[in-house]
Amino acid sequence: MYPFFGISPIETIHKEMNRLRVSIKAFFWKVKVSGAFNRCRLIFLCAFFSLTAQAALAQSEGWFRAGTGLGDTNKPRVAVADFAPRADSAKSHSSLFTQVVRDDLQFSGILEVPSPSFYPPEAPSVPAELKPAMWIDPPTNANFLGFGNVSESAAEVTIEAWLYDVRDPASQAVVGKVYRGAPTDLQVRKFAHQFADEIISKLSGGLPGIASTQIAFVSSRNGSKEIWVMDYDGSNQRQLTSLKSISLTPRWSPDASRIAFTCFAPSSGLTSAQICMYSMDTGKLVSFPRFRGTNITPAWSPDGAQIIFSSSMQGNPELFVSDINGGRPKRLTNANGASMSPSWNPKTGQTVAFVSDRGGTPQLYLMNSDGTSATKLDLPDKGYVIDPAWAPNGQLLAFSWRRPNDNYDIYIMDAATRQLVELTRDQGRNERPSWAPDGRHLVFESTRGGTRQIWTMLADGSQPHQLTTGGHNESPNWSTR
Amino acid sequence: MNLAPRLLYRTGLIAAFAVVVLAFGCKHPPKALPPQPPAPAPAAARPTVTLQASPTSINKGDSSTLSWNSTDATELTIEPEVGAVTAQGSSKVSPSESSTYKITASGPGGSASATATVTVNAPPPPRPPAQPSLDELFLKEVRDAYFDYDKADLRPDARAALSKTADFLKNYPQLRVTIEGHCDERGSTEYNLGLGDRRATAVKQFIVSLGVSADRLSTVSFGKEKPFCMESNESCWSQNRRGHFVKSN
Repeated sequence: MYPFFGISPIETIHKEMNRLRVSIKAFFWKVKVSGAFNRCRLIFLCAFFSLTAQAALAQSEGWFRAGTGLGDTNKPRVAVADFAPRADSAKSHSSLFTQVVRDDLQFSGILEVPSPSFYPPEAPSVPAELKPAMWIDPPTNANFLGFGNVSESAAEVTIEAWLYDVRDPASQAVVGKVYRGAPTDLQVRKFAHQFADEIISKLSGGLPGIASTQIAFVSSRNGSKEIWVMDYDGSNQRQLTSLKSISLTPRWSPDASRIAFTCFAPSSGLTSAQICMYSMDTGKLVSFPRFRGTNITPAWSPDGAQIIFSSSMQGNPELFVSDINGGRPKRLTNANGASMSPSWNPKTGQTVAFVSDRGGTPQLYLMNSDGTSATKLDLPDKGYVIDPAWAPNGQLLAFSWRRPNDNYDIYIMDAATRQLVELTRDQGRNERPSWAPDGRHLVFESTRGGTRQIWTMLADGSQPHQLTTGGHNESPNWSTR
Repeated sequence: MNLAPRLLYRTGLIAAFAVVVLAFGCKHPPKALPPQPPAPAPAAARPTVTLQASPTSINKGDSSTLSWNSTDATELTIEPEVGAVTAQGSSKVSPSESSTYKITASGPGGSASATATVTVNAPPPPRPPAQPSLDELFLKEVRDAYFDYDKADLRPDARAALSKTADFLKNYPQLRVTIEGHCDERGSTEYNLGLGDRRATAVKQFIVSLGVSADRLSTVSFGKEKPFCMESNESCWSQNRRGHFVKSN
């Protein structure tokens, strides 16, 4: 029972006033709850219809969404109470912090965040105020509660944040943190991402949270195609390069300190595609040698010591490996047609997936990282296969495939069993998947909304989420940390 | 018969003749009039007249302004071109060749004249018939090679086009060119950069096989990044699958 139901009969006017206040509060809460239940019913209805619609689609077209083991019906329910502002000046940052933490947790896909409209009206601001029973009971049904407070001066914001296991009141805080920093939205977002990552890591048994990761991408919103970066949730989008030519295919180094990309930079009076290297530390380009011909699609070795890229420096577009300063390039492939778009297995470091049209049309190939044993990855249908991207676990390979009479869609293949999962369908052109370091999310580009934009989804194809809207945006790459 | 009227009559005849001669464009300067007889009393003042051209020198097609001033004249005439004028004023003239304008003022007291010359500068010698520039010739004579979807080998029509291009390049050995490889939008950005590279290389090799020196030819692939045509249909795509020549010096 919630405490306000247990208030004793009126004794004083003061208590009468209190009671009135409480009953008003309770009334509002009831309204909120019933409203939420209505919404809930609506969502269930929608879900039911979309499920039946999907089932019909699956039957009519022989397509089904196979499970990837990612869906878990027993996800822990983590409620995040409104963080208490200690003064009016802290109000906007406390609500920003609360919202970002909720979004991050929801996005993680590994836990459930009950809708805030289910929450009891009183939010604890420190552990002493925590009344676990309020949060365990329906409709909140929480397993864990995040809460805390925000105080702010002109120079600093201080956020105290806790996560408690409300089903085990005797236990210590699962997470307890104090964040101090500049009182800016950017800094408050960073703290919220850090807190969310702490929670995800604790509740998943060490899975890295991705709330502090970034996504590099190509945008032509200011005219020419330049390299941009944004937070993983689409906020804080900013332009890195101003080469005013064509910049393409950004790839984060494993330590996220550099971005290698394809650029069109004039060299001795001639312009051709070259490898460019951007330093996140200095905010400038790092020099990288120019080679003859077309030099494109750099990819990093898992130890960050080598770059593999496509180059026609010796005539035909082949894959080369060099150190990260472009030194001692060594040819790895030797075939008809062009080879490009390498992805170096981040777990084993042994295998490179890449695209080649040596057989007539672009297809996926696997080879050892020394260039030996190149073999075509056979798929059960014809078409164009491009954009290979290894998952962090080194077992799943995401790619785009345009089957005959169809558009480009994102697929995942288990490299060992060759089991195939289609993640997108009938939603425009979907290309260039890139894995989040948690191995549960993918970022990709899609024309489903009419223009080419960047989207994320869970690795089973669910929860598609659009990150960009302005101009044309493409070629996303998720930072590795 | 009195002598004076007869003399006046004769003088009048001569003056009329002179005016007729002037009016019909006689290039000879009019004969000096015989000395004026003494005017009958009361003696009228003899007219005076001035004439100026500004500027005195013009280019063909431009104009100059004649301005004049006179006293004691009842009739004023400027020849050629202008005709009868008032006692003072200005008029624009635009002679096609150098001309001397003469104003004649006459009145009861006699007549007077003044001249002003407008020099027309000789036009510049006519230009020789226009030669097309090398850029124009390049655009006219150089043919691009077009490709089939997802192919980098040369179709017969591409070979024919490239033969014409090679002939042109051989006629202008000072020319250096860049061969750009382009693709339609259907493949991926990355794959098209590779495909465009192969197209540009195929074009270069064919041109070299026809006798153009390889070091005059450089290649670049733009993949699908710089399409000539922006629509999503085959007629547009076929325009974008090409090896395109650009003059690089």
